[in-house]
Amino acid sequence: MEAIIQENVQNKIDRLANKKVYVHLETTNGAYASHFDENAYNVGAFIRNAQVEFQHGKIVSTGGSYRVGLKLDLGWVYAEGVTDYEIDDKDRLLMAGHDREGRLMVALEISETPFSHEADPDE
Amino acid sequence: MSKENVVVIFPHPDDESFGASGTISKFRDEGASVTYLCGTLGEMGRNMGNPVFANRETLSSFRKKELQNAVKQLDIDVELLGYRDKTLEFEPREQVAAHLKEKIEALNATIVITHYPGYAVHPDHDALGAAVVEAVENIESSKRPAVWMHAISNNSEKDLGEPDIVYDVKPYWERKLAAIKAHLSQADGMMSLIENHDQTAAQLERLKTERFYRYTFTT
Repeated sequence: MEAIIQENVQNKIDRLANKKVYVHLETTNGAYASHFDENAYNVGAFIRNAQVEFQHGKIVSTGGSYRVGLKLDLGWVYAEGVTDYEIDDKDRLLMAGHDREGRLMVALEISETPFSHEADPDE
Repeated sequence: MSKENVVVIFPHPDDESFGASGTISKFRDEGASVTYLCGTLGEMGRNMGNPVFANRETLSSFRKKELQNAVKQLDIDVELLGYRDKTLEFEPREQVAAHLKEKIEALNATIVITHYPGYAVHPDHDALGAAVVEAVENIESSKRPAVWMHAISNNSEKDLGEPDIVYDVKPYWERKLAAIKAHLSQADGMMSLIENHDQTAAQLERLKTERFYRYTFTT
């Protein structure tokens, strides 16, 4: 992944609009948050391979971190805090935000093919 | 030569290194066979390397390779159980238990090491530990392996008392560190969590002993 280049991400979002796409959306502060800090709460949510079609989408910046919103016929997909991106070898748009130690805090990924469930035993 | 067949069952690549690699080394030195049944590939881990080198889609491939390196350091066998990170508690317990029972019996396990359900912090740890207990309970009592459970939560000793088995793993510390470091994408993040913790010394000291509670079967 590399630091987001807004124009590249916007172009890719535009190319994915009005198509059936698969979304991975996630945010987490980890399963150990309250173990290492008793005042912290563990929070997290993810959805993997939600199939949606968005009318249009936009990436917006404030002070170095980005928000992405995708408008659906009946709703929205939204992520805040993404800082890095990659268009990978499967032509998927991967975006993520990391903390100072490189730990993932938020991810939004959009693909024209389903994301794998990579967990095949004894490959 | 030890006749023990030790089967270690944890959900994530690196649980074996942080939680039991000293004990594993001790058993290997005594000639026991050790197999790690690893529940998932840790696909949903937060640590992506520091500096970041993995992403959500490539993390599982990195962790699979890291696991192979770690088990090479520990000179043990590994089998992947094929579940998905963060979802084990939502799988039907009896199905996971039946799957595990088959593996435990096939390996002729005499000792099974897993997490202490309810005292293992991560939901996957608790869920897999509970499924292991159920699996072993379903084995005919004369053929059951012993079950050793690793508790992690801060309240475990207050609730459960002193563990039944306490190993000083300092003699195996180099191997343990090598195994931990094999998990490149994870090691830095976990170690920095530990180092930044209010009780760093206590947390590091905990890594130098490995403690287990023995499960007592009632039937």
